[in-house]
Order: sequence, then C-alpha cells, then structure tokens
Amino acid sequence: MHFDAFDRYHDHDSFIHRLDPRVKVVVTVVFIVSNALLPDGAWFAFGFAWLFLLLCNLLSKLGYAYTLKRSIIALPFAFIAITVLFSIPGNPLSTFHFLMWDFTITDAGLLRFVSILIRSWLSVQMAILLVAVTRFPDLIHAFEHLRVPAILTTIIAFLYRYLFVLTDEVFRLLRARESRSAAAAGSRSGGGVLWRAKVAGNMAGQLFLRSYERSDRIYNAMLARGYIGHLYTLNPHEMKSKDYYATAFAIAVIFLMQLIGRF
Amino acid sequence: MFYSPTPLHIPDGFLNLMVSLVCWVITALTLGAAISRTNKSLGERQIPLMGVMAAFIFAAQMINFPVAGGTSGHLLGGALASIVLGPWAGMLVMTAVIAVQALLFQDGGLLVMGANILNMGLVTAAIGYGLYRSVGNGSKTVRLGAAGVAAWLSVMAAALLTSLQLWLSGTSQLGIVIPAMLGVHALIGLGEALITVFALGFILQTRPDLLGEGSESAKAGRGWIYAGGLISLVVVFLSPLASADPDGLERVAEDLGFLGAGQSAPYQIIPDYTLPFLGETAFSTILAGVVGVIIVGLVILLVGRGMKAKS
Repeated sequence: MHFDAFDRYHDHDSFIHRLDPRVKVVVTVVFIVSNALLPDGAWFAFGFAWLFLLLCNLLSKLGYAYTLKRSIIALPFAFIAITVLFSIPGNPLSTFHFLMWDFTITDAGLLRFVSILIRSWLSVQMAILLVAVTRFPDLIHAFEHLRVPAILTTIIAFLYRYLFVLTDEVFRLLRARESRSAAAAGSRSGGGVLWRAKVAGNMAGQLFLRSYERSDRIYNAMLARGYIGHLYTLNPHEMKSKDYYATAFAIAVIFLMQLIGRF
Repeated sequence: MFYSPTPLHIPDGFLNLMVSLVCWVITALTLGAAISRTNKSLGERQIPLMGVMAAFIFAAQMINFPVAGGTSGHLLGGALASIVLGPWAGMLVMTAVIAVQALLFQDGGLLVMGANILNMGLVTAAIGYGLYRSVGNGSKTVRLGAAGVAAWLSVMAAALLTSLQLWLSGTSQLGIVIPAMLGVHALIGLGEALITVFALGFILQTRPDLLGEGSESAKAGRGWIYAGGLISLVVVFLSPLASADPDGLERVAEDLGFLGAGQSAPYQIIPDYTLPFLGETAFSTILAGVVGVIIVGLVILLVGRGMKAKS
C-alpha cells in the first residue's frame, strides 16, 4: 500500500490549493457553524450556501460537482432523524399505516427533517473539499498553528504516517485467515460465532503486539536521526496578503448568508 | 476498503449548535486534563508509541468476524485502548482516531467532533479502564470478564449518550431513538466485548509484562475505578428507564431546563404528559437491565474460563 493511500488530496494548481491551510480550516469551520446557526426552512440562505460551495469547487478546479458526488456518505445517518417527521406537532400532510401503527407526517416535521438533511449535506461537502485541496500533513500543521495541543497533532501525524503500514499488516492477517479457512464446496468452514470471535480477537492482539514492537523500532530510528521530542517542518507556512483577503471575503459571504437566513 | 462506519459517528447538521458546543467544552476540559497528565508522566518515548497505537486502533477496527446474515462484529476500541495504555493515553489515542476519521473519511462531523470524542473516546475509556481495574490483580479469568463487561458497557454508554444528544438537539424522538440505538448496540457491544476479551487474553499470554504490575496500564489511581463505576451505574440505570419511560425523562429534562436550552430551534416542545416519573414499569426494567448486565458478565466469564481451560 502506498503512503498516501488514505489521503483524499487532489493535486491541482489552483487559487484555493495555494491558500494557507489555516485559511481553509478556519473558513470550513465557520461555514459549518453558520449552517448550524441557520434556522429551519431558511431556503434562500441554504441556496446561497450551496452557491458558495459551488464557487469554492470551481475555484479549486475540481469541477463544480466534485463534492456533490462524494457527499452521499452522509446519507445513511439520515434515518436517525426520520422520527421528527412524525413527532413534531403541526398540520398533517399524509398518513400511512405500517404494521400496527399509524404514522402522520406533519408539515413542521417535514420542514425540520429537510432542514437537518440540507445542513448536514452542506457541511459534509465543505469538509470533503477541505481534505481535497489540502495535503494532510499541511492540515496537521494548520491545526498546530491554530493552537491545537502539540501532543495531539503529533499523535495524529504518527497515526497518519503509520496507518497504511498497519493497514497492510491487517490485510496480511485477513489474507492469512482467508487462506487457512478453506472449505469443501457446500460445507461451512470454521467453528461457531465464538470461535470466529476468538480468531478475530487473537488477530487484534497479534496486531497490537506487532504495532507495539514496531513503535519501539520507530522510536529508536527517530532517536538515531536526532529526534528531540517534537516534530518540525521544513516549509513553515506564512500568511500572505491574499490569504487575509480570502478569509475576509469568505467570512463576509458567510455573514451575508446569516443575514439572508434571518430576514 | 474494510472500513465500516457505525451509527455512532454523528455527522454535522444532526446536533444543534448549543449541544455541539457544550460537548466540545466537556471534551476540551477532559482532554486538557489528559494532556497535562500525560505530559507529566510520559517520556518522549511514549509519543511515537501513542501515535502508532492510534494507528493500531484505527487498523484494528478493520478486523471483523462474520456473525450471521451478512452482519459482522468489529471493534470500536475505546475500552481496549484504555486498558492497555492507561486511561489518559487511551483518551488521547481515541481522540486522534476520531479526529482522523472525521477529517479524512468524513465519518463524523467537525462541529460535532466534540460530541463524537466524548461518546466514543472519553466515556468508553473511563468505563473500560475503571471497570477493568476495579477487580485489581484478580485471576486472569476475572480480569478478562471485567474487561468484557467494560467493553460491552462502553458501547452502550456511547449509544446512550449519542441518543441523548440527538434528542436534546431535537433531531430524534426520545421514545424511538433510545430503544433503537440501545437495541442495536447491545449486539454490537457483544462483538466489541468478545474481541476485547480475546485480544487481551492473547496479550496476557504473550506479553504479560505489558499489562502487569508497573506497566503503563497499571499506573493510574483509584479515582478511575470510581469514575468508571459511576458512569457504568448511570448507564445501567438510565438506559432501561429511558427506554421504558421516555416521557418521564423528557419531563425531568424539561423541569431542569435542559430541553428548552438544548432545543433552541423554533418549534413547540412536545406538551407535558402527566405520567408518573418512576412508574412500576420503569423500576422493573431497571432490574431487568441489571440482570442483563449480570448475565452478559457471566457469559463472558464462562467464555474466559473456557478459553483458559483450552490454552
């Protein structure tokens, strides 16, 4: 597995790609907070937010539908919110019968359900865009600059660095399990659920020990290369004037979005 | 990819601003304590260790075992992480895992990340470590049994907290979301418990020094036992109560002003019901919950014993 197997970064030379990673993190977070602040049924503001997303997509040269295509990921969670369709008092829109209950969809419930889905869908698209236009190590540095404690950013940096190594390890374990689980056609291989759980548990234990011992080797190798307890970067980020302008513009747009949503 | 999202990773948009912020504050305070504790007690050697352990938890979540009908059991890892690394380090490791899942995979949102870390990282670590340590240096079977109960309860606690947050945000109806989430996670928790027990059994057999006296995992104080026990008790009592009598819980929350503060959304709060708060049904289901926990504990104890006999 390649070291960037998990990275969602799409290399382009665009205005958004060249922005300081701090700007992108801050704008993403402000955008998501703004979505949470918009009242239910603020359709114009939702539309405006989507236009802003579209603009960001276009400016990053990923094609206007880039984040749209990848935003399906948030949908499965929607069923959690489905109860608001029936639980909020309001004018009944339609009633249907399921098993032994009658369900009545109210207009207020529908309004809230759709608003929750739109908020979630807008927010997840911005998050998708953030990792598509920022290399993950740059993202970690941005968090460091934004005062996220160094111990956390360092753990995250290590997690990212070794995730693909340990994933390879997991794939080896899974492959080994599959190859020893041969069975004649038509008959089941292996034991019951408990036995299977034991195999999986032992694999997790095995993985733990391999990771533990690997971290020892990593530490020694780092020590040999001059590790002094924290990581540092060879290309420190610097906020330029266009970064400040871009932040100011984005914040102004989001503020306008709030005004549209309120009045 | 073998990466399978669970219904515990809340995406952005499903919690309102108020609930998200309160969760962030609780999470930030706890993490602050964790960071200052680990900075004091850990040497520079531990930093790469924790980083690799975070990658381990992430990768271990990909290990699954088929259960039935196409479903499979897999690991969340909060209890396991805190048992082998100690509670504070376990919390930091879980935080890193949840942060990367949200950032890279959009599995869980950013504004609601505080809630996700609280549910899946902090509470699971506290319960896992507290219950595991509460049996002290008992026999291997007892320790594994405690770890199994802790792992199961940690998943239940995460599910309960997630449901409560969704309800306080006005996203789900309490009477539906609690039984649904707890029901599903009672099963998911069994998978978690089994993998945790067998993984720990494997570690105890091959590298007992990692979990024995003087190891990182044995250093933390007694406070954890009380904290873990207290949270477990709350889960054991609140879940059956909330599933049996959501209206009662709703009333209490409303009386205390939680509901009004939580649901800032401009819609009418469900009108009062005049149900007695602690009815007969609620009490009996609490008992049922306690009995359930004991049964799960016994099953896991027996499994542990069987495993020991074979090895």
